[in-house]
Amino acid sequence: MDEILDGLTQIDCDILVIGGGTAGPMAALKAKKKNPEANVVLLDKANVKRSGAISMGMDGLNNSVIPGYATPEQYTKEITIANDGICDQAAVYRYAEECYGIIQELDSFGIRFQKDQNGEYDVKKVHHIGTYVLPMPNGDTVKKALYRQLRKARINIVNRYMATRLLTGEGRVAGAICVNTRTAEFLVVRAKAVIMGLGAAGRLGLPTSGYLYGTYENASNSGEGYAMAYHAGAGLANLECYQINPLIKDYNGPACAYVAGPLGGYTANAAGERFIECDYWSGQMMQEFYDELQGGKGPVFLKLNHLAEETVAEIERVLHIVERPTRGHFHAGRGTDYRKTMIEMHISEIGFCSGHSASGVFVDENARTTIAGLYAAGDMANVPHNYMLGAFTHGAFAGEDAADYIKDMDFAEFDHAEVEAERLRVLAPTKRDDGIPPNQIEYKTRRLVNDYLQPPKVTAKMQLAQKRFAEVREDMEQGMYVRDAHELMRSLEASTILDCADMAAAASLYRTESRWGLYHNRVEYERDDENWFCHTILTKGADGQPAHAKKAVQPYVVDIADEEKDAYYNQRVDPSVAAE
Amino acid sequence: MPLAQTATSVPVTVNKDLCIADKGCTVCVDVCPLDVLRIAVTDDGTKTAYMKYDECWYCMPCEADCPTGAVTVNLPYLLK
Ligand SMILES: Cc1cc2nc3c(=O)[nH]c(=O)nc-3n(C[C@H](O)[C@H](O)[C@H](O)COP(=O)(O)OP(=O)(O)OC[C@H]3O[C@@H](n4cnc5c(N)ncnc54)[C@H](O)[C@@H]3O)c2cc1C
Ligand code: SF4
Ligand code: SF4
Repeated sequence: MDEILDGLTQIDCDILVIGGGTAGPMAALKAKKKNPEANVVLLDKANVKRSGAISMGMDGLNNSVIPGYATPEQYTKEITIANDGICDQAAVYRYAEECYGIIQELDSFGIRFQKDQNGEYDVKKVHHIGTYVLPMPNGDTVKKALYRQLRKARINIVNRYMATRLLTGEGRVAGAICVNTRTAEFLVVRAKAVIMGLGAAGRLGLPTSGYLYGTYENASNSGEGYAMAYHAGAGLANLECYQINPLIKDYNGPACAYVAGPLGGYTANAAGERFIECDYWSGQMMQEFYDELQGGKGPVFLKLNHLAEETVAEIERVLHIVERPTRGHFHAGRGTDYRKTMIEMHISEIGFCSGHSASGVFVDENARTTIAGLYAAGDMANVPHNYMLGAFTHGAFAGEDAADYIKDMDFAEFDHAEVEAERLRVLAPTKRDDGIPPNQIEYKTRRLVNDYLQPPKVTAKMQLAQKRFAEVREDMEQGMYVRDAHELMRSLEASTILDCADMAAAASLYRTESRWGLYHNRVEYERDDENWFCHTILTKGADGQPAHAKKAVQPYVVDIADEEKDAYYNQRVDPSVAAE
Repeated sequence: MPLAQTATSVPVTVNKDLCIADKGCTVCVDVCPLDVLRIAVTDDGTKTAYMKYDECWYCMPCEADCPTGAVTVNLPYLLK
């Protein structure tokens, strides 16, 4: 295994789904259900059985809109406010209306959701305004249940192929170029429609541990979704709205205030005092978190040591078996007992991820990108705060729309020179006798991302970042060296990460205002609704560099009253109340 | 620029006595999202799984899915 082989195969399918994590499998299932004749291929860099953010399961649904607890209007309003108004509500509203149906479908797959004594869904309040968090008592089984459905529906699964570029022609999508991660052989997939669910750009910033794979996101999500969309000419929205999360320090996994919060846990400063009213992740909350850390009252902690034994035991039970089960090992290794000590937290590295913020490939309420026949769903599409249920639901929208789109559609012609050019690009590091290994290219890029792009954002620093990135790019293109197919995969990821770093810098420089709390805190600029109440769309310009445009926010479906607009900026606990 | 041989300790260990790679098992290699596990032939000629690349998300599918309980996931030293 891992020996570099020379080979190229071409296959055809009706719908190619790239990424078999969360959104992808649901897209494939829905497409096949709507059009059983369609040949649907689900392709993943890893193994669909255990790939993606939900690889080991999930604690719960963070954003369910369940009749009796919340309405689509309330949810749409909350997400709009949390995003400082920059939100095309149609996609959020449609999600809010249809996600309940998806919950019932997941239920029918064998995934259970917490119910109270009356058999009603036991939804918890974590957000600033509404109630949307639904625990999953057997959350560890999510991926297995999904995989069973894929097998049952006879979806063609192709594992261990990494998509590197999209193919386009006749003004629409034509397929994708993929590379086997264990043999370096090429697979060209011609498809009438392509659905992307490649997850977040999770390896953009460097975790403070310095370990390249110690990321918040599943580290196999290196951001190819963003890079491929960019090189194909699709629009990407609001990339400057970074993902930054409050995490367990060093471990870099969620502290899980969403689990602990409803049971009485909360985020506290070093004195054990609560300083934010709401532990729901948003840019405004992260700004308060940052201020507390910088203001001399840190470190910041998750506080559970005031809770009753049964409650702590319950929290441990959930947190130590599902989602990031090594969390228990980590605490044991350091002798941290939730009953006695608070759990130290910190601020994560930056990334792109609409699952938690809003940066992503631009899509509408049908998950269509700006390229005909190309769809995106989940963490890489720009529907804000979409989380797992959003990935499932928008994946479903993409699959259903694509099933209609391919009817009476033939393959688009593409330029075969593109495949040849991609082969040269991909294999270049295999043609050298020595040089710089991908891990060093990646480390340097990500270290520079931390040095220069992490908020608070400063113009001169971001411009320096661009210079340094150009130097690293030169080194990468002229000198990167790999010894086997596995390292070749890493070299392709290094190139993706550099593309994302360039996009992050360019997008952040373009929006000359501050917005979304810490996510786009540009110290030289105030918020400026007059000029910047809009999306920013980044595309690949004719010169091969990022180009930018403003795009109007679509008229709201749900009105927001003036006095509600800034609700997310009123999170700090009033000191006079905190002292009581 | 020739490459150096810098050592790193790997977080995932496999108990050779429990591993049944010799009987054809490759489960941990198959499920790992980072694709960092491989099968090696040991000194006594039997096969065993091992961590070849230090690129681990400490996520645990390898440990959870191993049929014999041979895999242990520790935290990478840099962050433990
Ligand atoms: C640690 C953690 C905890 C979370 N907890 C919760 C929670 O409790 N509740 C909740 O609602 N949400 C939670 N989320 C968010 C939620 O899990 C994600 O929003 C959602 O799963 C994203 O789905 P996705 O399909 O976009 O990405 P993923 O599920 O990550 O899938 C992406 C897939 O793309 C594949 N891929 C990547 N690159 C390529 C390539 N080049 N070629 C081919 N395939 C590729 C990957 O292997 C992967 O299978 C959490 C996220 C994380 C990381
Ligand atoms: S899954 Fe377990 S038994 Fe199978 S190869 Fe891996 S370590 Fe060995
Ligand atoms: S813990 Fe996860 S990344 Fe590490 S070897 Fe096991 S499956 Fe692979």
